[in-house]
Amino acid sequence: MSARIAYIASNTFREAVRDRVLYNLVAFVLLLSGAAILVGQLSIGIERLVVINLGLAAVSIFGVVIAIFIGIGLVSKEIDRRTLYTVLSRPVRRWEFIVGKFLGLAGTLVVNTSFMAIGVFAALFYVTHRFEQADGWIFVALYFIVLQFLVITALALLFSAFSTPVESAVFAFLIFVIGSFAQDLRGFAAMTQGATRWLATGAAYLVPNFSSLNVISSVAHQQPVAGTLILSNTVYALFYAGTALCGAVLIFEHRNLK
Amino acid sequence: MSPSRRSTATATVLLAVFLSSSMLVLRQVDRMRRSTPLQEVLFLTSPKLLKRLSLGYDGLLACVYWTRVVQYFGSKHFAGAREYALLAPLLEITTALDPHLIVAYEFGANFLAPPPPGGAGEPEQAIALTEFGIRNNPEEWRLYYDLGFVYYMDLHDYKNAAHAFARGAQVPNAHPWLKLMAALMAEHAGEIQTSRMLWTTTYQTTSDRNIRANAAAHLRALQVDEDVTNLEALVSSYRQRTEHWPAAFSDLEAAGMLRGLPSDPLGQPYKLCGEGRVEVTDPDDLPFIQKGTPAGYVPPLKPRFLPTD
Repeated sequence: MSARIAYIASNTFREAVRDRVLYNLVAFVLLLSGAAILVGQLSIGIERLVVINLGLAAVSIFGVVIAIFIGIGLVSKEIDRRTLYTVLSRPVRRWEFIVGKFLGLAGTLVVNTSFMAIGVFAALFYVTHRFEQADGWIFVALYFIVLQFLVITALALLFSAFSTPVESAVFAFLIFVIGSFAQDLRGFAAMTQGATRWLATGAAYLVPNFSSLNVISSVAHQQPVAGTLILSNTVYALFYAGTALCGAVLIFEHRNLK
Repeated sequence: MSPSRRSTATATVLLAVFLSSSMLVLRQVDRMRRSTPLQEVLFLTSPKLLKRLSLGYDGLLACVYWTRVVQYFGSKHFAGAREYALLAPLLEITTALDPHLIVAYEFGANFLAPPPPGGAGEPEQAIALTEFGIRNNPEEWRLYYDLGFVYYMDLHDYKNAAHAFARGAQVPNAHPWLKLMAALMAEHAGEIQTSRMLWTTTYQTTSDRNIRANAAAHLRALQVDEDVTNLEALVSSYRQRTEHWPAAFSDLEAAGMLRGLPSDPLGQPYKLCGEGRVEVTDPDDLPFIQKGTPAGYVPPLKPRFLPTD
């Protein structure tokens, strides 16, 4: 079972890294990190902050774009090219296909993030000429960004299991935007009464909470991130991605592929 | 010529013609727009709305807004503006997006408080900004220092300046001079000495080149103000003694009232003018001086700092 999943994952990874768009996006992030040096020089006293804020925001936003646009095509492309039938005619279960696809794209995103992170650290070193111990918190922000990618990838897979690629992209992007407002949604729920309160609270817990996975601003100020938050966010992201993945498997298992 | 080559040649020529034409037209449009009076407008004024629209990338947006503040103040200051309508709202947005952006409070107060053309002449806004900074960063002693600085320099409010310095002195790792400043303010000490102490602290504790240059220029100006006051007092005393004005400083030296010919902090000799007035040689080189300038002197819009500052 695990060998089959690993095989699908490695194939997905190989297919994704051959995509030229991916390289363009990664190159664009590296360019943005470099440009952050110039932006910092236009201002006063924020060279370091600009490099970290702009660099990590670029890693996060472009990573989400990559996760959505590759994630939505993982299933549909296989159906369009009819390669899915070849795969499923072998002793491969549908859920193994979905999980393998997810892991393959997750691996691609981790590798991409590593390359983009090198660009951010290079720009930071250029500006500060040395690394400080507190700069290590940037790794935590990058780790949270990867957790964000896992959730988005799982959601993109979920949507692509029952809708067209365009619809899936729109759904995934909207969920990303709504998830960034999760904290506000919770605040809104606290202000309401009765059924509205229940509905708003339910919605706030249903959408992914991306705001808790964003610590870019704090690490830019060299503020430490609590170990309990790292653990909680890890568990939360894994549970949420797992939920979305289970949903994708359930839909895909019952989908008529004829 | 083959049809394909003909198409390529035609397309190339047309491309060059269209591109150069569009650039020429754009130049014309630019000329037309330049004459249109543009109003200062801030389309999004709500810091809360902007924070929400940032989708969690509020730190990045704060950097963008801070850059906008610097560019706004810099361009207006360079043009000799006397009004900075957007400065306070831009600073409010910047600090609401990132309440830990210390540089925005420090420079922001320096941009807002001084009277034009040095700043926006809005010390109350500078105080509100710095107090907001203190609420969000109570461990930053420099913010208390900046607050006391604005109260003292721009509002001449000794009581509140003393209170601000005293609050700052209680912060762990605060500069030891804060206690002294608080005491000086409480005693309403001599203005030149207190100002010198404030600017010296600024000069010694800042890592920013612009702030250091500004502090150095203020310290030179204080020195000139003190020198001119003392020299004019000596000249008056000479007149009382001899019943006539001295023709030059050498007369005071000959009378044993001066040791050597006096010069300003840049090494230029002071000039003794009619009726005991003392002036500096080149007031443009000594921005912020209150004394020693020729009658009717108008300082340049942009203070001239030395490259060595």
